[in-house]
Amino acid sequence: MRQGDEAMSKEPIVVYENFSYSYPTTPNALVDIDLKIDRGEVFGVIGPNGAGKSTFCKSLNGLVPHFYGGTVKGRVLVDGMDTLEHTTSELSMKVGLVFQEPETQLSGLALTVEDEVGFGLSMLGFPSEVIRKRTREALEKVGLKGFEKRSPSELSGGEQQRLAIATVLAMEPEIMVLDEPVALLDPIGKSEVLSVVKELAVEGSTIVIAEHEIEELAYFADRILVLNEGRMVSLDDSKRVLSEVEKLKKIGIDPPSVTELAYLLERDLGIKLEYPITLPQALKIFGELMEGG
Amino acid sequence: MGEKIIEVKDVWFKYSEEVTALRGVSLEVTQGEKIALIGQNGSGKTTLAKHLNGLLKPTKGEVIVKGMNTKETPTHVITNIVGYVFQNPAHQIFTKSVYEEVAYGPRNQGLSKEEVDERVRMALELVDLSGYEDTHPYDLNYGQMKLLTIASIIAMQPEVYVLDEPTSGQDHMGRRKLVKLIDMLNREGKTVIVITHDMRFVAETSERTILMAKGKIIGDGPTGEILSNTELLKQTAIKPPQVVQLCEGLRERGIELHALTIQEAREILRERLAAS
Repeated sequence: MRQGDEAMSKEPIVVYENFSYSYPTTPNALVDIDLKIDRGEVFGVIGPNGAGKSTFCKSLNGLVPHFYGGTVKGRVLVDGMDTLEHTTSELSMKVGLVFQEPETQLSGLALTVEDEVGFGLSMLGFPSEVIRKRTREALEKVGLKGFEKRSPSELSGGEQQRLAIATVLAMEPEIMVLDEPVALLDPIGKSEVLSVVKELAVEGSTIVIAEHEIEELAYFADRILVLNEGRMVSLDDSKRVLSEVEKLKKIGIDPPSVTELAYLLERDLGIKLEYPITLPQALKIFGELMEGG
Repeated sequence: MGEKIIEVKDVWFKYSEEVTALRGVSLEVTQGEKIALIGQNGSGKTTLAKHLNGLLKPTKGEVIVKGMNTKETPTHVITNIVGYVFQNPAHQIFTKSVYEEVAYGPRNQGLSKEEVDERVRMALELVDLSGYEDTHPYDLNYGQMKLLTIASIIAMQPEVYVLDEPTSGQDHMGRRKLVKLIDMLNREGKTVIVITHDMRFVAETSERTILMAKGKIIGDGPTGEILSNTELLKQTAIKPPQVVQLCEGLRERGIELHALTIQEAREILRERLAAS
């Protein structure tokens, strides 16, 4: 690989410099967050409820601290912009945030799916041909082509969440931030939304995703950050982080079932095993183990 | 085998002329069973669950709870036997403090102040919400609110618990707490019916699984059988737990292995590998 390519793909778009944050009523929501996120990276964030995952997501687009108030130490740079020195609306052009409940995201004002997607852009005064083009592209990306004239309120949970993603995509942000986007969906909704996220990941979008569905995250996250009580517990490539079974269990996170199984067998049998984090890896590792035995 | 506690006999239910939610559902629940009710949204799970405690009455067919037909029995008599925990805690919570929320049921059952206090104390302890008595329910996080709604049913001491999506909004710690809680209620002889999309939770908590699709029961049997029935699950886009998928994949490679949970798989693999 050429040196240039390597440098290009490793260009950080987000830089946290010893960032700490306290809500007006909850101190130490984030403590000493110090990390970089590269352009094109899929960055997973895991941790128990209350660990700071949502706060971390909101600190990327400046909602923390601009909307919530509170106190900040250190700083966050998004594409070179210090989030403290820029407004949330300036940052929203760089960072698109998708919430857990699609209702939070959707304006509730638009009568049709296409108006909902174009809503943000029209508020910003984009010309109508740009709005039309971006709306079409965004709906296509989330698999809602043909839904243009439907009412957002009559969509299923999974469809609404994909619409929420489309409204963010239409703004063409540099980074997509998803805060537990499938937590409240049924299995069909979950797989619909996750396949959209995987698709965006394949296309090279920069994605930050907080998620409890670790067995799913294992398939597409490049690196995973583990938060507990506002602090960074681990940050490494997915396989290394998810293989720290004991450490994860201790703070109340279940690694993928297949990873935990490998860990338990290793201990039971006193042998050295490679830890799978996805099903195909597990089939290979356990398959060879059983056939070899 | 315990006594038959609920009988659902060929129940049909229409919300309106156009919307038929149940199409001839029949099942029997025996006291002390741990049952999972699974299926996609819109398959009729919640509608069926609301029939079990008399919140809804069949358009056709009947539901018998401890020998009482829900159509002919006052709803409060049934709800004292079958406690239903709503999917969305906001649909259930209506008071201004955690204490009031949990005290409401037992107070309505005519218990004395001391008895009510004792029920509240015990219920909050079981769901790990002791110390939150004076908190406003809406100041709890979503997972805690779900636990609060369960506590308010526990305080009424029903014989059957119907829990609608208890794991939504819970982190892994919350899930583990629920697995333990269900286990404990069950050991006290309570019947627990869980509606859920979380197949790992099903594998860890339920001995019997009922699968619904389009208003009908399409599978009813031991959880192991239902969750390994790939053809059946495919009809409903439900993915079995990862351990079940692993076993299935290994069987395709000629390695005979049947397990539902990590612990089961661990024990089987350990024995086989130690022997070889």
